[in-house]
Amino acid sequence: MTAAEQWIAFYTIVRKEIRRFMRIWMQTLLPPAITMSLYFVIFGALIGSRIGQMGGFTYMEFVVPGLIMMSVITNAYSNVVSSFFGAKFQRFVEEILVSPMSNNTVLWGFVIGGVARGLLVGLIVTMLSLFFTTLHIQHIGITIAIVLMTSIMFSLAGFINAVFANNFDDVSIVPVFVLTPLTYLGGVFYSIDLLPEFWAGVSRLNPMLYIVNAFRYGVLGTSDVNVVTAFIMVGVFTLAAYAYCMYLLRSGTRLRQ
Amino acid sequence: MALALEIKGLRKVYGNGFEALKGIDLEVKQGDFFALLGPNGAGKSTTIGIVSSLVKKTAGEVRIFGHSLDSDIAAAKRQIGLVPQEFNFSNFESVWDIVVNQAGYYGLSRGVAAERAEKYLKKLGLWDKRHGASRMLSGGMKRRLMIARALVHEPRLLILDEPTAGVDIELRRSMWAFLTEINRSGTTIILTTHYLEEAESLCRNIAIIDAGNIVENTSMKALLRQLQKEVFILDVRDSLSADISIPGFDTRFVDEHTLELVLKKGTSLNEVFAALNSSELVVSSMRNKANRLEELFVSLLNPK
Ligand SMILES: Nc1ncnc2c1ncn2[C@@H]1O[C@H](COP(=O)(O)OP(=O)(O)O)[C@@H](O)[C@H]1O
Ligand SMILES: [Mg+2]
Repeated sequence: MTAAEQWIAFYTIVRKEIRRFMRIWMQTLLPPAITMSLYFVIFGALIGSRIGQMGGFTYMEFVVPGLIMMSVITNAYSNVVSSFFGAKFQRFVEEILVSPMSNNTVLWGFVIGGVARGLLVGLIVTMLSLFFTTLHIQHIGITIAIVLMTSIMFSLAGFINAVFANNFDDVSIVPVFVLTPLTYLGGVFYSIDLLPEFWAGVSRLNPMLYIVNAFRYGVLGTSDVNVVTAFIMVGVFTLAAYAYCMYLLRSGTRLRQ
Repeated sequence: MALALEIKGLRKVYGNGFEALKGIDLEVKQGDFFALLGPNGAGKSTTIGIVSSLVKKTAGEVRIFGHSLDSDIAAAKRQIGLVPQEFNFSNFESVWDIVVNQAGYYGLSRGVAAERAEKYLKKLGLWDKRHGASRMLSGGMKRRLMIARALVHEPRLLILDEPTAGVDIELRRSMWAFLTEINRSGTTIILTTHYLEEAESLCRNIAIIDAGNIVENTSMKALLRQLQKEVFILDVRDSLSADISIPGFDTRFVDEHTLELVLKKGTSLNEVFAALNSSELVVSSMRNKANRLEELFVSLLNPK
């Protein structure tokens, strides 16, 4: 296939992916909007005022970046894992497997679909947060870069999950039992400076801490960790996930008998 | 003449250790209407799966219009349109989207995709259903949807895996007419089936597969001729000479006391006996030659 044909194939997947999550917006866009609004009401308006300042910001200002990032992560991941697993489960992944498009085209088609949902939900949550606080983004380049890289990284991870999933339980295990807890413990709600030294050290092993803080740095200009370290880490994880996805597609693992 | 499909020494051992293909060779000429006939579990879908790259081969070589699956897979895939045995489209997508998206996967622009989708959905009687979700279609319509989807990039080789299984007689006839037309316009067609009748009414050449082996590969005409005969083995008391002949029948000298005699279906045994009497042979016993192919056919003609 020529580059132009690969582009059409890529665009076909992306378009189909976006139409899929828009069609089922009650399952894809609405729940994070509701959940995050509740967080804003509870932490911002009700409890936040009693907590006082965190890292030199109002509590509401402090939690908003983390909550936006959490939405981006879970939605990018969930989109790819449920869409690609659904294609495998109903066997219409075969439409793609018999076609001449390259593995990169297939992979990036699904990944950009996940990125699109991650960014859209991130945007919706950001808009909702404006009802509760004001955002003055400090470093726009860093903010955009970390959101993009993170949504790509978790879309790739969702793809790997989908390849190995055997049933719909396998699709929700990671978002529920891994991503959400790690993000909660990754400094969404508190600065790790508040933790005893031991637990602060443990927290530093959590990749989510770096992602949440890099994003918070972009928005608020403050971070618990070195932002360069955060970018390197996300970059390395993204490359590793990409290489593994390509290996899975090339070898046909779990896709071709 | 160019080969649409060339298979050499193809083996498949599934993950559980089961050997579904035991080293098959197969050639399908460009423009042919070819049947791969065999009972359930023979290895038809496995063969089709490997050719369309949904199944990984264990050993052997496959070429599609000269493009090797090993070295030139994108070009090889581009030549093929696949209609699989099981439905494999999204239940929630519309008929239109399924066909147009498939064109997109082959790199066809949306304009061309829309034209082709219209052409094939109309030909297959699905035009009125194009806006409906695919799950609302009847079984026969779903089958036709898969044919439209397989044709949308206008492949040179159309492969159909048991396309008429579970399809009623009337629809089967119209599908046969459609496939004949497609074949006349130049598309090579390979069809798997376990109905001899289907292969007989459509196909020019045929391979018969059983338990992972190709047991026969010939023209439909030659096969039917072969099936019109029955071979008897005669045990003869006196010594025979090698140039023995019985007027009116084809015979083959096996050894001094054994003779094979070919009987066209429909000839009465009395004629055999009369001929034997006048040739003064003393036949001590006579039996039907067990033929693996014939045994197979009994099962194909009377599918369970
Ligand atoms: N994924 C698989 N794992 C193990 N055995 C399989 C698998 N798919 C098919 N088989 C076995 O391989 C043989 C050939 O199957 P198949 O090619 O589907 O036959 P056909 O299409 O001629 O009915 C059967 O015995 C079947 O049980
Ligand atoms: Mg089969």
